Amino acid sequence: MRTWLHRQTFRPDITVVVFFGVVAVFFYGSILWTGYMSLTRSTLIPNYNFAGFDQYIRLFTNQRWLVSCLNMVIFGVLYIVGTLAFGTLLSVFADRRIRAESLFRTIFLYPLAVSLIVTGLSWRWVLDPVNGLQGLVRGMGWESFTFDWLTDPDRAIYTLVIAGIWHSAGLIMVIILAGLRGVDDDLWKAIRMEGIPLWRAYLQVIFPGMRPVVTSCVVLLMSDVIRGYDLVIAMTKGGPGIATEMPAKFAVDYYFARVNLGLASAASISMLVLSLLLLAPYFYSEFRRRM
Amino acid sequence: MTRSPPFERPVFGPRAARFGLYAFLFVSAAFFLLPLLLVISNSLKPMEEIRQGNLLAFPVKPTFDAWVTAWKSACTGLDCGGVRPGLWNSVKITVPAVVISTLAGALNGYALAQWKSRHANLIMLLVMVGLFIPYQAMLYPTVKILSSFGLFRTYCGIILVHVVYGLPYTTLLFRNFYVGVPEEISRAARMEGASFFRTFRSVILPLSTNILVVVAILQFTGIWNDYLLGLIFAGNDNLPMTVQLTNIVNNARGSASPNVNMAAAVITAIPTLIVYFLSGRYFVRGIAAGAVKG
Repeated sequence: MRTWLHRQTFRPDITVVVFFGVVAVFFYGSILWTGYMSLTRSTLIPNYNFAGFDQYIRLFTNQRWLVSCLNMVIFGVLYIVGTLAFGTLLSVFADRRIRAESLFRTIFLYPLAVSLIVTGLSWRWVLDPVNGLQGLVRGMGWESFTFDWLTDPDRAIYTLVIAGIWHSAGLIMVIILAGLRGVDDDLWKAIRMEGIPLWRAYLQVIFPGMRPVVTSCVVLLMSDVIRGYDLVIAMTKGGPGIATEMPAKFAVDYYFARVNLGLASAASISMLVLSLLLLAPYFYSEFRRRM
Repeated sequence: MTRSPPFERPVFGPRAARFGLYAFLFVSAAFFLLPLLLVISNSLKPMEEIRQGNLLAFPVKPTFDAWVTAWKSACTGLDCGGVRPGLWNSVKITVPAVVISTLAGALNGYALAQWKSRHANLIMLLVMVGLFIPYQAMLYPTVKILSSFGLFRTYCGIILVHVVYGLPYTTLLFRNFYVGVPEEISRAARMEGASFFRTFRSVILPLSTNILVVVAILQFTGIWNDYLLGLIFAGNDNLPMTVQLTNIVNNARGSASPNVNMAAAVITAIPTLIVYFLSGRYFVRGIAAGAVKG
């Protein structure tokens, strides 16, 4: 009787059900819908006649899509490795009782408050071959100085990496720094007693002990990479040519500009499957820990 | 996170190493500051100085002309009203979307923390996976759902999209906070016969000021800086500032006046930068909390 009464007055489950209903419809319902669309011949108008995996065959024989995927891999690897390395270095140095730590931290972190649109535009102006750094150095007398990656089809992708690292290194610094501050004083004492050199202490003792922190950094950066849209739009618009196209841009272009719903849906589902595959190990370990 | 480093942290030994450390920090600081400073300084130059092409030179005769043009007469391709209408649109989209998604996240997060069920883990997993679903896989059905209610490309529609797409994130942040709140507090209210909503409103919310601020700041930054959702769902009358900015920059006439484009970019970035500088501690705390999802 007593518990029954309590259930009447205190019902978190109703809120949970409503909330999960919203998530189920908008997230998982949408995925099913998109998944179904990807198996049809829909172009401008949705067409719900089943067409098997035709769209996926077209997608994976589409030059632009393949270039997009390759670009995502190049960008993703360089961006994740670069941001992790730079952010970790910054956090290690910031943890060494430096002066003006909070000033440095403020400077390193502010790009995170700047939108990727403004980030991309700013770097586009800085790296512009005519008006940007290259023109500047040439104007100072070094006529042969060349830094035209932004307009070089083979190098433009690296300018995206630079801007991406600029945007996210502070985030990684803050997360790793929080982890470093959590390292036990006794551990440091032991390290000092043993006389282990600092670089070895970090590589062999401190960072291995922070694996969950580093993992969540990688997961965060990975979802940036797969979702990456704004930065490309602002900085290169996928160019020169299709040199910096990305899957996220491919899908949006085919949904709204080129209006090919079936192909766009196939691209979106491919992106989704890729993110789930990449995240599966993380979720598996998270979940096992929880059980 | 803001507490001073523990005493045991050894200072870098040799003086040379110490010097190298500061050299690295200063070079890094220059790398982070460079784009912002360049853009601000060039936005303050008149066109004659821009044409001289020296990006790094300080403005000789600083002027706010470019800012004034960017603010009220730069052309977006649709019209020539500058970023001013975009600012207002961004404010009226961001404020309600932040308030609703934060409060709804708090309510859901509390419910999830209180809800004891063997399915709890499964629901948590599905919500967490939701954080990583690429928007592209949801866009078209969302367009269809909103269209069927007449909300596609409307003011209410864009707010709804921001709230729904942000809900898993805010909910998880609050849930993680409420799991750490002592169970006795809720139990006491329950014993008094208070309903779930009553307990939430009069007991739990007042305890949550810090986390509310943290989540609101994260949501503000995210929604203000959003581009894709605004582009697709806001409609021409409500285009947020980020979309207006790219329209101005990519407009054929816009390429002729980089100082105006840069001023427009700075104006667009100012609101989130102000929030960042005013709320430094909360911002950092939010990032640390948000990073450890789940």
